[in-house]
Amino acid sequence: MSTFVLLTITGLGLGAMYFLVASGLSLIYGLMGVLNFAHGALITVGAYATWWMSTQVGGGQGTKLLVAAVFGIAVGAVLAALIELVLIRPLYQRPVEQVLVTVGLALVLNALVEAIWGFDARPFPVPSWMIDTTTVLGASIPNDRFVEIAAAVLVLLGLNAFLRYTRYGLIIRAGVENRAMVTALGIDVRKAFTLVFAIGGAAAALAGVLSGVYYGVVDPGRGTSLLIFAFIVVVIGGFGSIGGTAVAAVAVGLIQQYANYYASSGLGDLAVVLLLAIVLLLKPEGLAPKVAH
Amino acid sequence: MALLRVQDLNVHLGESHILQGVSFEVPEGGVTALLGRNGVGKTTTLRAMMGLVPRRGTVSLAGEELTRLPTHAIVRRGVGYVPEDRDVFAGLSVDENLRLAERGGTPRYELVYELFPELKIRGAQKAGTLSGGQQQMVAIARALLNDNPVLLVDEPTKGLAPLLVTEVAAALERAAELTTVLLVEQNLAVVARVAQQVVVLDMGRVVHTGTAAELLGDPAKVRSLLGVHGGSH
Repeated sequence: MSTFVLLTITGLGLGAMYFLVASGLSLIYGLMGVLNFAHGALITVGAYATWWMSTQVGGGQGTKLLVAAVFGIAVGAVLAALIELVLIRPLYQRPVEQVLVTVGLALVLNALVEAIWGFDARPFPVPSWMIDTTTVLGASIPNDRFVEIAAAVLVLLGLNAFLRYTRYGLIIRAGVENRAMVTALGIDVRKAFTLVFAIGGAAAALAGVLSGVYYGVVDPGRGTSLLIFAFIVVVIGGFGSIGGTAVAAVAVGLIQQYANYYASSGLGDLAVVLLLAIVLLLKPEGLAPKVAH
Repeated sequence: MALLRVQDLNVHLGESHILQGVSFEVPEGGVTALLGRNGVGKTTTLRAMMGLVPRRGTVSLAGEELTRLPTHAIVRRGVGYVPEDRDVFAGLSVDENLRLAERGGTPRYELVYELFPELKIRGAQKAGTLSGGQQQMVAIARALLNDNPVLLVDEPTKGLAPLLVTEVAAALERAAELTTVLLVEQNLAVVARVAQQVVVLDMGRVVHTGTAAELLGDPAKVRSLLGVHGGSH
């Protein structure tokens, strides 16, 4: 029983990170039709910006992490907004060029991180209370898992409130359904594009921070590995659906953990691909497509 | 005096030359109907005027050139648009569909609810669950919510039951008291009821302009220009 609880909470922690990455991807594709392959690089940049800032500020590990995380998330949001303004905006309606540019940008950003900070993993500022464990139904759970889950739940609630109760949220929900009609109502949808990119960048950077906490280190390949699973989550959840993304992220995180333990170590990734295949066969449009709430 | 002037409008979609130098004027006030057989370019003309398809030529509103502006800026100059397929946002409620269309100033909810009281009752209902007629009401209401000098309305009665056609025609008449309407419509009874001017397209060109009464009063002309029997009255 305790093993099952540990696997479940760890799976939820992983799912939380997948959700943070995938929610931005999903909204960006749902609203703008842009497959942003540079999204993984935003995770890496967010994690490294956080790590770098933690080396510049004083105080305890908790304060360091908090200040550095705010900085890292801000860097992710600003970088994502700049990517949209400078590289993506001139390429709307040109999907092939968009893919080439975002793939190229991902390679460049990763290479830049490696050039500045090297290939080796860097220790992440994790407060001791996050490393400590809490006993739940007999299982000793590292506290960082609860932080990851709580952060994802807060982001999910915040995104839902934003989409439901703000004018920009309304524009984004409508734009996910029919972008052309939003412009035909006199709305400059490009501002929403930049905002969605910034939100996606901030969420990706937060995922970078939490992955640093989860693994205890940051390394240049972090974003790429999370991005692969985030794409799977988006396809399963349905492009443009935050609710679908959340459900799919939890499913992928849990299945990965259960399969790795109960089947065979390493089978988790295969199980996720199998889940993807099943969803594509039964519901090719994803669990909850094209409705951003 | 012409409020809206379309000059030498050309649209290519793929290999097809859809609009081949369309030029016409829409006088201020009332309804001008844009008529023609299926596939002659009526919807494309409206979409080109709105900047929703790539086009050449000029469109001006009260002397101001619109063609260089993006779609949202054209709308903000005061050109409201009701698309052919309604294009309501199915996942949003009726209220949200209307709220999205607000553009500053004072939205004319009184007018909208006077024309379509049902929309007030169904405010919380998802637009995707409405009937075709109710969705059309939402589409027209969104355009009427703002004080637009011009409305471009594309086949508002398409696929509607006769009772709803009458209701939509009444709404168009009321709208025409407040603004200028350019209407694409296949139902000649509706045209006869609401339109004063007509522009007829064929093969991507304007082949006739004049008054609605003159065209609809001549069954032979209706048959030759529109390919249908006259007698719409």
